[in-house]
Amino acid sequence: MALLGAVLAQLLHLALLLAAAPLVVGGTRWMKARLTGRRGPSPLQPFRDLDKLLRKRPLLAENASWISEWAPHAALAATILAAALVPSFARGMVLAPAADLVLLAGLLAIARVALALAGMDVGTAFGGLGAAREMSFSAFAEPALILCVLVLAILAGTTNLDVIAATMREGQLGLRVSLALALLALAAVAVAENARIPVDNPATHLELTMVHEAMLLESSGRHLALWEYQSALRLTLWLALLAAVFLPFGTAPAGAGPLAWVLGLLAWVAKIGALAAVLAAFESAIAKMRVFRVPEFLGAALLLALMAAALLFVSTGLA
Amino acid sequence: MLTALASLVGLLVLLAAAAVPLGRRRQGGAVVHGACLAAAALLALLAAAALAVGPPEAPLRLPLGPPWSRMVLALDGLSAWFLLLLGLSGAAASLFALGHPPGPARTLPPYPLFLAGMALTLLAADAFTLLFGFELMSLASWALVAAEHQRAESRRAARLYLVFAAFSALCLIPAFGLLAGPTGALEFATLRTLPPEGARGAAVLALALLGAGAKAGLVPLHAWLPLAHPAAPSHVSALMSGVMTKVALYVLARLVLDLCGPAQPSWWGLPLLALGAASALLGALRAALEEDAKALLACSTIENVGLITIGLGLALVFRGADLAALAALALSAALLHALNHGVFKTLLFLAAGAVAHAAGSRALGRLGGLVHAMPVTAACALVGALAAAALPPLSGFAGEWLLLQALIAGWRVADIAFQVAIAATLALAAMAAALAAAAMVRLFGVAFLGRPRTPRGAGAHEVSAPERWAMILPAGLTVLLGLFPAPVLRLAEPAIAALAGPVALAPARGLSLWAGDGATAYLPLVAAALLALAGAALAFAVRRRSPLPAARGPAWDCGFIAPPAHLPFGDPLTQPGPAGIAQPLRRMLGEALLRARERVDMPEPGETRPARHAAGFRDPSLPLLLAPAAWLRERLADQGERLRHLTIRRWLSLSFATLVALLALLAWLEAR
Repeated sequence: MALLGAVLAQLLHLALLLAAAPLVVGGTRWMKARLTGRRGPSPLQPFRDLDKLLRKRPLLAENASWISEWAPHAALAATILAAALVPSFARGMVLAPAADLVLLAGLLAIARVALALAGMDVGTAFGGLGAAREMSFSAFAEPALILCVLVLAILAGTTNLDVIAATMREGQLGLRVSLALALLALAAVAVAENARIPVDNPATHLELTMVHEAMLLESSGRHLALWEYQSALRLTLWLALLAAVFLPFGTAPAGAGPLAWVLGLLAWVAKIGALAAVLAAFESAIAKMRVFRVPEFLGAALLLALMAAALLFVSTGLA
Repeated sequence: MLTALASLVGLLVLLAAAAVPLGRRRQGGAVVHGACLAAAALLALLAAAALAVGPPEAPLRLPLGPPWSRMVLALDGLSAWFLLLLGLSGAAASLFALGHPPGPARTLPPYPLFLAGMALTLLAADAFTLLFGFELMSLASWALVAAEHQRAESRRAARLYLVFAAFSALCLIPAFGLLAGPTGALEFATLRTLPPEGARGAAVLALALLGAGAKAGLVPLHAWLPLAHPAAPSHVSALMSGVMTKVALYVLARLVLDLCGPAQPSWWGLPLLALGAASALLGALRAALEEDAKALLACSTIENVGLITIGLGLALVFRGADLAALAALALSAALLHALNHGVFKTLLFLAAGAVAHAAGSRALGRLGGLVHAMPVTAACALVGALAAAALPPLSGFAGEWLLLQALIAGWRVADIAFQVAIAATLALAAMAAALAAAAMVRLFGVAFLGRPRTPRGAGAHEVSAPERWAMILPAGLTVLLGLFPAPVLRLAEPAIAALAGPVALAPARGLSLWAGDGATAYLPLVAAALLALAGAALAFAVRRRSPLPAARGPAWDCGFIAPPAHLPFGDPLTQPGPAGIAQPLRRMLGEALLRARERVDMPEPGETRPARHAAGFRDPSLPLLLAPAAWLRERLADQGERLRHLTIRRWLSLSFATLVALLALLAWLEAR
């Protein structure tokens, strides 16, 4: 019975994330438009865009190889698996024992490498440019992410996301400076990984400033739909990750039954909505930075995470 | 079993002798490489059998060697593990050489000797045999590096390589001497009973690190790797990068973790951590900047050697702090990554060799678009590159997962200095992994994707069937090692128990790897199955909604006009080259760590000369280490030259003084 609940919760969780992804992107865009004094398209617009792209026949460059067709599928499959590992409304889902944060980083790296390879496949100027920048940013984002994992692992004793979320929910840790530092670092990594302002501008139309979009210039039809959906799902996944670790209240045990699930769902929707609103406000308030300022931005995240770990070493040493 | 292994080594040496006359015949190369293939496959089989059923107990004493110390061979878990890697990679490299057009006859005899030297080093159970095998390996591979001695850069690489090989011998011989101490016993079993302490132990550690580190390519003794590995024929570079560096690491592990005894202090791990982290970072960064495919792969080897050294150092730290389970975790990471890296680096070097042969160059700036002309090579290279980029569920990720888990568990050492050091190492290791991914994307993207960059590259063709199989087999092995790391790791349990403590177990249960007292797990088979399921479901769902096959058209390229007719592959300048792809990392990290510089020569308006952009970097080890060494060599040579102009009277007094000094030394030694 408990197993059935865990499986059911897992499937519902995956369906929820898959359905919520375009809505999160649409909602963030809508809020950004409102904050900058525009009316903005409906939050449901990404659904319409995806539907339109799926109906169109994809056009590939003459010298595109099988990489261009396989990469979007591989990237989205890896992102779906990663999304399945990050808890949303329920905890103790059937994949919880596999929800390792290092594996999560590896799955996101699959999507990143697939995107970079797709960008280089046709041999156009901007594709290679975007791929080079994307891979370079990850050289700074990855260590910051792993140091955040270190901080969480010291507090929870493991890198398993479900156990970390449970430890944080029990609240015995109290408010810690190192957690605040880790939150800042992880948020900076999330901004960079999702190609948001100030690292990259998701709405740009100037190729020279593009990073993420530059790699998609040659894709069309269903390939473009897959890439757009992958980026939406990745954003949702990162928001869910931040929510699971730093806003852990309200999740239901997997075997608790529908009523607790609905409460957990409402809490999750509130958390994701709040995080999306923070993201929209943050993006409206600041400007995109130069490409070569990004290492400073991510280096600051790296230092914050290192400081968080060092503070924990000092405090556990004194205790 | 030991007799069989010893006779295999003997047969390889005989084969080297037979290769001298065989080299003049037309089919001689095929005979030698075929025999090497059989020998390597047998080595792998015997090593796997030894790992599965337990190694033979009694050492084998040979009636060879110097009179005071007969050669002793033995096989334990650690040597069998590395022997397995030697067999697997050696078989793939020999198979590749079978399909490759034969090189000059002088490259034939050193190849079996190279294999024999590595096998002898791994089988040795006394210091003399180990050093003999090590030197055999160094000299045979030197002869192979110098194979194309007509080219100046080959000669330069070979000379530098020889200097470093001599340096590592110069460090390893006193290391064993210090270990043997006044008794002079060279057998490992005797050495283990007398672990060095205090200053003597520290000296052994330093000499072992210098000696084995110079051979493995640890920073700052890595300058020869990116020069020597590309200079050798491709199948030899594969062995040098994939296996020889691992043999050096084996010597390091044997000396520091095994022969020095289990009671060494924790700080012994710190130099290994520091050198490993520096190698990982610098190697990965150089790999992301190099413009020669084989030099890039050699730099990626420096990175992986660094990661393995981090694992060994961490095992020392944990063992000194009485954390046997964590020491086992770190050691498993090092051993598993050594095997995985050996296999996928062999694959990548063979793919680079195939590309160099079929497309006429290994300079990335002259390649491009090979995925169309060489589909099998491209697919195999992709598997290797993704494994080197540490992507799940391939083999590179399994080792790095264990390593990151071991580093994350570093806070369990109570001392805050160790905690901070390990956290910093963790950040550097993660950065190295991300840089390696960038380097591998650049390698594959520039060489295999995009458009051809030269007419010669556009006329590339797929390589011969043996060469294809020599890549398909290690590619399959890379996938298998990635999917089943846990059963493979359990084979290493004897080695882990011997080095990390008798109670230590491999962190593997069933088909999954475990860490942190079983609190978290990596289930590669589940991850792979779910990935495949998600991919298949996705393809099915998307195809139902969007069934039309893709149409083909000219590249959009943001609306740039089509290139003129005399540029059949498009304008080469609109495709980013290797230097362009490296530009962000060169500016972000290269300027600080590698003294990278860019020079733009822009003509004034109205001038007709072309604008030029030059970018490059200088490894800091060249001015800091090699330049003083070269200066010292010049000075010593000058001093030596002065001896030639001495008169006969001075010569005689010099000889007399030497004699008196030796007699005085002898008398002093007798008096003690």
